Amino acid sequence: MFEISDWLRTRLSRRMVLGAGLAAAGGSAVAAVGSAQEVAQPGYAGGKPHQGIAGSSHQSSHGSSHGAMMTVGDVDEARNGFDTLKMLTEWDTGTVSRLPDGRVLRTFKIDAIDKEIEIAPGVMFPAWTYNGRVPGPALRATEGERLRIVFRNFGSHPHSIHFHGIHSARMDGVPGAGVIDPGEEFVYEFDAKPFGCHFYHCHALPLKRHIHKGLYGLFVVDPDPERRPDQAHVARSRLLGTPENDEWQEFAMVMNAFDTNFDDENEVYAVNTVAHTYMKRPIPVRRDRPVRIYLVNAVEFDPINSFHLHGNFFDYYDHGTNLTPTLRTVDTITQCQAQRGILEFSFNEHEPGLYMFHAHQSEFAELGWMSFFDVKDAVA
Amino acid sequence: MNETRPVPKAGSVPVEQVGSRAALIWLLLPLAVLVLAVAWLVTANPLSRFDNGAPPIENLTFERTILSEGRVDLLVRAGGSEPMTIAQVQVDGAYWQFVQEPAAPLRRGDTAWIRLSYPWVLGEAHAVQIVTNTGATFVHEIAVAVPTPVANVATFWSQMLLGAFVGIVPVAIGLMFYPALRGIGRGGMNFLLAMTVGLLVFLMIDAGGEAFELAGEAAAIFQGRVMVVLAACAAFLMLMAAGRRGGTPSGLTLATLIALGIGLHNLGEGLAIGAAFASGAAGLGTFLVLGFTIHNITEGIGIAAPILKVRPALWVFAALALLAGGPAVLGLWIGSLAYAPQWSALALAIGAGAILQVVVEVTSYLMKADGRGVVALSSWPVLSGLAFGVAFMYATAMLVKI
Repeated sequence: MFEISDWLRTRLSRRMVLGAGLAAAGGSAVAAVGSAQEVAQPGYAGGKPHQGIAGSSHQSSHGSSHGAMMTVGDVDEARNGFDTLKMLTEWDTGTVSRLPDGRVLRTFKIDAIDKEIEIAPGVMFPAWTYNGRVPGPALRATEGERLRIVFRNFGSHPHSIHFHGIHSARMDGVPGAGVIDPGEEFVYEFDAKPFGCHFYHCHALPLKRHIHKGLYGLFVVDPDPERRPDQAHVARSRLLGTPENDEWQEFAMVMNAFDTNFDDENEVYAVNTVAHTYMKRPIPVRRDRPVRIYLVNAVEFDPINSFHLHGNFFDYYDHGTNLTPTLRTVDTITQCQAQRGILEFSFNEHEPGLYMFHAHQSEFAELGWMSFFDVKDAVA
Repeated sequence: MNETRPVPKAGSVPVEQVGSRAALIWLLLPLAVLVLAVAWLVTANPLSRFDNGAPPIENLTFERTILSEGRVDLLVRAGGSEPMTIAQVQVDGAYWQFVQEPAAPLRRGDTAWIRLSYPWVLGEAHAVQIVTNTGATFVHEIAVAVPTPVANVATFWSQMLLGAFVGIVPVAIGLMFYPALRGIGRGGMNFLLAMTVGLLVFLMIDAGGEAFELAGEAAAIFQGRVMVVLAACAAFLMLMAAGRRGGTPSGLTLATLIALGIGLHNLGEGLAIGAAFASGAAGLGTFLVLGFTIHNITEGIGIAAPILKVRPALWVFAALALLAGGPAVLGLWIGSLAYAPQWSALALAIGAGAILQVVVEVTSYLMKADGRGVVALSSWPVLSGLAFGVAFMYATAMLVKI
């Protein structure tokens, strides 16, 4: 007769065997990663941008025998009206004219527009945008110029642009000084200083909602080499348009996140809005030219964000306001909201391949803030 | 006389025709108004001013979770005001590739399987979060990840064994008191019948409570609470009507009805236990199984009470034990393999209705057999039996409630 205790014993042993089986399967899954890599990078199988790089362990850490840790499908960049790959190198330099005293006057036009954007494949977010894109245009000026930002509010709520820079209280973009109602226009005017990697965002209230809905962007002020004779060469390499600057591969990156269900917790994290966008379309990088990243953290609700580069180290210029690095030879930096900086590194000594970079809060990485550099030899 | 006679005849026929025609018109008129109202609503859209720009209401219920080696499969049911689109799936806070079957947007009431390849960890908790195209999220907790039983001979055999211990064995043991109880007098008989009523009342409350609890987990579209009440009432009325066809049931008929009511309760109980094991919510211990066994022994005594003076054949006892306890096996099978909260709620509700009918019938049998009618109910053996039945069930339930 089958006793209940016997039955329980068999059940128990089956449980244990099963556990052991799972562990064994885990082991074999690790062993199988190498073979699974070739197929398991979804949305990326079409054209592998690198050739003959066997054994790069990052090729597919997202694909395994247990499927891929990745969003499903692709974002319609055309419908969004902005392309995350182009966004990296798209600088808004405004229009330039001369003031009577000979100084450069640089004018930017920015409109606040309500727009639904696709932040992960199939996931729409009712964003508030500057010029129809999130992040807003990456503004670029040179130290000492007069800046004029013509801001029009076509949105449904009061908005402003609050620049992180040096300016008067009247130009601060806070309630009472540049927050405007829908249909209104305001012109912010100030000098471009100090040089560095800066940030702008809406300062209408409530602050959290206005920022996380998408109203923020990069504001880069290049150093004037003539004002920095002792470091003129370094300054020139930072100044857009110079031959020295041309040597660099510069990228604009805004770390951001979206709370799609408005529970004050983010569902999607990314660099430049779209989750996993640079996993599915790795950023092409030539290994013979140095890389410079203008990085800012716009993430709402989480106290900090971070940037971690795989297989390499970089120099970091906090706020970009110095021409000598504030941190040398690091591979991870953290930024609180609105903190920003410049990262400089090179893959010159590396073999070509896919080099990962991501937030080293695994939570953010797994919810979309995960990217690749596709390091290539110079193409003839 | 001759002249007047045809007149009412001739007149009465058209009156009937006119009457039926008028009835037909009065039947069609409201329907026509309904059609017009629908047409107007659809074409003219007069309610457009209520459209305040709010996104459509979305609702998603997780009905089944199946864990197999390296895989998680979830059955979801949509309940949105408009078709819903599942855009992404997070597992433990990470976007994970998935396949939806079928792949189309989910209309109200539609179900779909979300299939994931995921290295879940035995005995640990996991959370699956579905993100729709509007950014709304729906979370499903897997409290304790254990492999979902699959339909094979070993599973069926072990579950049958468990079901037998929970359902059939205790009823059979209870029925084995039959010879010992045969000689008891009127007081003892009243005590036994009242004890039966007491335990049945306990089971009814238990089944009803559980049915409401499960109904709360079911998709809103099933209107769980209303469904439970309606199913219980329907079961009660139908069994009352069926049981009373040959007069007030007594003897073997009454015993069969008691067995049926208990069987329906055990079916619901089996569904719930099976689902609990399938979802890893309950670990099984010898103590727990023995608790169920002891808890259910009184059920057998209750079934035996009305047939103490009948002396049925031996196979009748076997059949009664099977009728009362067998559904536990059936419930376990179904519950662990194809579980959805609304079906367990429905089974428990029907069980509660059936038990109410048996409570009524056993009470009226008690009054009739005693010969004193209502007065018998306030006698000492009846009151003590009732109290003992409820108290015994409550006390033994402490062994099994998790």
